[in-house]
Amino acid sequence: MFERGRDLTARFVKGEISRREMLKGASRLGLGIATTGFLLNESMTRAMAADFDWMKFKGTKLKLLLNKHPYADAMIADLENFKSMTGMDVSYDIFPEDVYFDKVTAALSSSSSEYDAFMTGAYMTWTYGPAGWVDDLNEYIKDPAKTNPNYNWEDVLPGLRASTAWNGVPGGELGSADAKQWCTPWGFELNSVAYNRKIFDKVGVEPPKNMEDLMNVAAKVTKDAGGPYGIGVRGSRSWATIHPGFLSAYSNFEQRDFTVTDGKLKAAMNTDVSKSFHKQWVQMIQDSGPKNWSTYTWYQVGTDLGAGASGMIFDADILGYFMNGGDNKEAGNIAYTPFAANPAAKAPTPNVWIWSLALSSFSKQKDAAWYFMQWATSTEHDLFGARKMDFVNPVRASVWKDEEFRARIDKSYPGYLKQYEASSEGSKIYFTPQPLFFDLTTQWAETLQKMVAKEIPVDEGLDKLAENIDKQLKDAGIGG
Amino acid sequence: MSLASVSETGSIPIRKRRFARRALPYLLSLPALLVCIGILVPFVTAAYYSLMRFRLNLPALKGFIWFDNYINFLSDSAFWNTVSISLVYAFVTVAVELVLGLGIALLLVKPSRLNNLASILLLLPLMTAPALAALMWKLMTNPNFGILSYLVGLIGFTDFRWASDPRTALLTVTLVDVWVYTPFIMILLLAGLRSLPKQPFEAAALDGVPRSFVFFRITLPMLMPYIITASLFRLLDSIQQFDIVYSLTQGGPGDKLMVFQVQAYLEFFQYTNVGRSAALMMVLWAITYFLSNIFIKQWLKLRERARGVS
Repeated sequence: MFERGRDLTARFVKGEISRREMLKGASRLGLGIATTGFLLNESMTRAMAADFDWMKFKGTKLKLLLNKHPYADAMIADLENFKSMTGMDVSYDIFPEDVYFDKVTAALSSSSSEYDAFMTGAYMTWTYGPAGWVDDLNEYIKDPAKTNPNYNWEDVLPGLRASTAWNGVPGGELGSADAKQWCTPWGFELNSVAYNRKIFDKVGVEPPKNMEDLMNVAAKVTKDAGGPYGIGVRGSRSWATIHPGFLSAYSNFEQRDFTVTDGKLKAAMNTDVSKSFHKQWVQMIQDSGPKNWSTYTWYQVGTDLGAGASGMIFDADILGYFMNGGDNKEAGNIAYTPFAANPAAKAPTPNVWIWSLALSSFSKQKDAAWYFMQWATSTEHDLFGARKMDFVNPVRASVWKDEEFRARIDKSYPGYLKQYEASSEGSKIYFTPQPLFFDLTTQWAETLQKMVAKEIPVDEGLDKLAENIDKQLKDAGIGG
Repeated sequence: MSLASVSETGSIPIRKRRFARRALPYLLSLPALLVCIGILVPFVTAAYYSLMRFRLNLPALKGFIWFDNYINFLSDSAFWNTVSISLVYAFVTVAVELVLGLGIALLLVKPSRLNNLASILLLLPLMTAPALAALMWKLMTNPNFGILSYLVGLIGFTDFRWASDPRTALLTVTLVDVWVYTPFIMILLLAGLRSLPKQPFEAAALDGVPRSFVFFRITLPMLMPYIITASLFRLLDSIQQFDIVYSLTQGGPGDKLMVFQVQAYLEFFQYTNVGRSAALMMVLWAITYFLSNIFIKQWLKLRERARGVS
């Protein structure tokens, strides 16, 4: 029965029978969903191995540095397939996000060869790339001797491919022709509004349509919901406060962090439009944000929504996704809506966070590590994660078209796909790539904290911030 | 065996013995020398980096700038904010801990079952990792469900925002520090109090000397070496505070709690600015060295006085 099941899934993978026919056949054979899923995954792995010598590095031992995340969980759940396909052994260290990037910096800055590949975000490669800590993956992707012919790099969403490629020139366009591919996108999140339908119904409000609406709805929830506050957004003294909802809304007003003239950068966050937007954002937090906003990271923003302590969040869409499941108090009550802050904008402009995989320049087995990376970012693994695990949002266009994945999401997370489709077109990294990203963006968050605490007026705060930033850019030789 | 070889073998032990005798003092001090080198290597490395423009992600700019990192500090308001916050934090926490620690030690000075049990229980916070203590306090001061927020609400502070509010952030981290480290002062002073000679107190009791006089004129002067030792340890530790502040606020809100270690940590691990981070650590070392010198001189003076030298 097992062998016949194997034949059946192999025929499906080859395209000889349809999904419906395969499922019917499996049920005739008495195979359960889990067994069918296992056999299907195994057949896909075998098909993947057909045209490429995956056994080339048999016996090699790889070590990975991972962040504790559902993407890593999905990879670990499928790792046996990679091991059996390649004959390689893979071990890994997993760290919580609070300390993860410090661990990466410590490992790479000491030129340690302990880890061959590691999880990273695109912003981090603006440090790792120029420092010479990660390899340009174009050298691997474009080499047919190193990359599986079925890898289909073009299937990875173009905005994500571009967002993870930079030429190393401060202010240089992401994804330009001379850009180096510092990492491969693995899973990503775009920033959008997720709200508690029960609270919204109780208060009698509709999902917000623009910034002013967002402020009003948040204020009404705070006033009338009888406990929950209006809106959860990040507020800790970190660059991570700027990149989700804040930058997504800011970009929707066509505002930038810097202007670039003749390769020189100049701070641009003190324009009139920017000041007006900052005033609205600050007001919104003062009126309807969490009381201890200045300590809020994604974790507090998410758990408050899941616990019914907030009416809505403007953060990563997958945060709303995760809070609608598991043993969260409000599971099943969370809804999603695309959000364009600027009433004159045609569509949302969400800034994105892309969990990616990078290849350490200090690895002593780079080709073998690249085998792992291309497997982990392959269509087959992406599909496995999207169908069977919580690997959302997948980075491949073909996976977004997969019926099984779409049906699962639509059933368990109503409205999520609609939100994604309305938001994805305008989604990309809206920061200007430059080497002082973490210092300067953290200073932006610090200034925002001072404004919310009424320590400094918005206009004055932004002028001072721009002045400080311009000085630092000049000192680093990249300011105009 | 030939005659020559006998005389050779006979002369070797004498030479060896002589060599061993001469080398012995050096061999004995070798472990100390190795430890010294082990301590000095990181220090010298940090001092060396502090003289460089060295950002890991701008390798092209790497080079010696001698004292520019330090000179830049002079006109940097963020640096002076860090100096001021670090000193205020250190002196306020140590002062509060001293008063409380001394008070508790005086209450527990008479050995009894209850006092011994209480002194053991009071040591529990000291056994908690400061970062964990900070996270615990973060939960207790959460405005939505924190027990402390609830309690202060009962006495009228319904919108008390603890570490999130720039006006109360220092107070909040001070409370956590005091909670963790007061037992350290208490146990040192308790040991000091219990080791004081009994005769002066017995004589004072016979003469009917008022308690306040005994405390200020007998107990406190005799306890001073212990107070100075405890203060020195805590001050050096406090000025290098990291875990409590970082776990609670990462140096915020704004720059309200941007103490030295947090700033240096961010400079290195997040901004990869090795030169500036090292320079900050060198300044912190200089401040620590200066303060410990004052305290140690004071402590030596008191010791001499106790021996009746001066």
